[in-house]
Amino acid sequence: MAYKIVSSQCTSCSACEAECPNVAISEKGGTFVIDPKKCTECIGYFETAQCVAVCPVDNTCIIDTAYPRYQAKA
Amino acid sequence: MVEMIAQTSSLSIEDVMQQVAEHKGCGTSGGSGKASCGSSAGQGDLPTEIWEKVKNHPCYSEEAHHHFARMHVAVAPACNIQCNYCNRKYDCANESRPGVVSEKLTPEQAAKKVVAVASVIPQMTVLGIAGPGDPLANPAKTFQTFELVAKGAPDIKLCLSTNGLALPEYVDRIAQYNIDHVTITINMVDPEVGAKIYPWIFWNHKRYTGVEAARILSEHQLRGLEMLTERGILCKVNSVMIPGVNDKHLVEVNKAVKSRGAFLHNIMPLISAPEHGTVFGLNGQRGPTAQELKVLQDECQGEMNMMRHCRQCRADAVGLLGEDRSAEFTTDKIMAMDVNYDLEARRTYQEAVEEERQAKVAAKHEELAKLAGEESDISLLVAVATKGSGLINEHFGHAKEFQIYELSTSGAKFVGHRRVDMYCQGGYGEEDTLETVIRAINDCHAVFVAKIGGCPKADLVKAGIEPVDGSAHEFIEKSALAWFKEYLAKVASGEIVHVSRGDAQIRQGALISAA
Repeated sequence: MAYKIVSSQCTSCSACEAECPNVAISEKGGTFVIDPKKCTECIGYFETAQCVAVCPVDNTCIIDTAYPRYQAKA
Repeated sequence: MVEMIAQTSSLSIEDVMQQVAEHKGCGTSGGSGKASCGSSAGQGDLPTEIWEKVKNHPCYSEEAHHHFARMHVAVAPACNIQCNYCNRKYDCANESRPGVVSEKLTPEQAAKKVVAVASVIPQMTVLGIAGPGDPLANPAKTFQTFELVAKGAPDIKLCLSTNGLALPEYVDRIAQYNIDHVTITINMVDPEVGAKIYPWIFWNHKRYTGVEAARILSEHQLRGLEMLTERGILCKVNSVMIPGVNDKHLVEVNKAVKSRGAFLHNIMPLISAPEHGTVFGLNGQRGPTAQELKVLQDECQGEMNMMRHCRQCRADAVGLLGEDRSAEFTTDKIMAMDVNYDLEARRTYQEAVEEERQAKVAAKHEELAKLAGEESDISLLVAVATKGSGLINEHFGHAKEFQIYELSTSGAKFVGHRRVDMYCQGGYGEEDTLETVIRAINDCHAVFVAKIGGCPKADLVKAGIEPVDGSAHEFIEKSALAWFKEYLAKVASGEIVHVSRGDAQIRQGALISAA
């Protein structure tokens, strides 16, 4: 139900933090992390996940398979 | 001089003074052709309000860059586009060289740093925000920093450097914060060319790629430029010269930005090496040679003024261009500093610097007058080892860069600089390094230094470059023109034969600060 940030790839540029419509992203220990409880995969806001679209390093914001995919509430 | 003053008697004393000080990195004013700028022609020179903006801005005035310093604060890490010459994983190759990671600052830390640096370096007159991402992709941090600096250090000029994507949105805010210098990096006006430079942009909550991305970016850049110049904000355009991609196209870019009121055009060489991890570095895209760069700059010079003194500095640089004192001002050191911001002392110091600058210009005129009447088609390049102030005041072995002047009977013109690895490391010279120094200034006939050892001297002579150490601590242009006059006399008498020099290399590796 959420994206996560691969911390070894994160440049800590903060671009994702400002774009997240759920305010789910914050800085922690030098890189950025996504709060899985707040992330909606941008469903209900935008066509594509904003953190993925703005991140300068490919494959850094990825689906966290530890959580089931987010389902928009009916 | 008397004549000039007589001709311009309707002008104010400030107008006359600015002509005397002969500002060089100056502007264009609509229409085609290069505006004259503080030249002896006098007429059509910079209006006083523009002169006030550029006279102590090292990036906008070649003249000023010998005397005044600038600093960048790295408060803007986020970016909204991807460039093939930039690798954010290791910081931007052009703005913050690889291997030297900038310290990110909060707006509060940045403002404290500016005040601290301005207290220690009274000739520091300009604060710029240039990244390491794009300032306008970090609007809150960027504008808060400007606001805090304007309060703490009101005499400092504010400027920013942007890729232009978000520019139209923020032009009014830029004007509101009295930011009167904006640099836009424009590498193309043709989206087909742009698609080879920009893999994607992020705009309006969406990632765009290819030609569409480049088209949106180009529209925003040119519209932003027009909006800024309409509001009287001075604009410099930076372009990265990428051989085989946009090198020939930059002539069109030059015309497009000139017609939209850009003040100055800065064509910079691509910095590209595999170790930077950039797309261009990894696919073997080369940067231009020194002569390729100069030919393009000369071609555009007919259209508008070209910046030749850019050092492609880091997003956290501090000091004169070409000098990096950022290591003296780390966050830890700043927080421990006892800062006393003395506006009056800064003003007095800057007045002294202005006098020094005018002395330099007067010395040049004196020597130019001696050249009057000489006629020759010979034009050649010389390299100069300098620490600043327009003087030949650096030892050959300690030089981290050489400034390049083009000499002809019409005068000495600054046309660029070459970075090198210091030849002398810890008291002894490195032969390998000497070879790279020679390659970097191989298109020069002579090198002017404050001092030079016997060994490198002999090797330079062997390479056909004359080492000149007889005018240590004298003004560059005056000494260079005096040497040129003698050179012409020797050619005329048949003592020497004038031969053209070859090309030179632009250094590509990371410049690790030796501080």
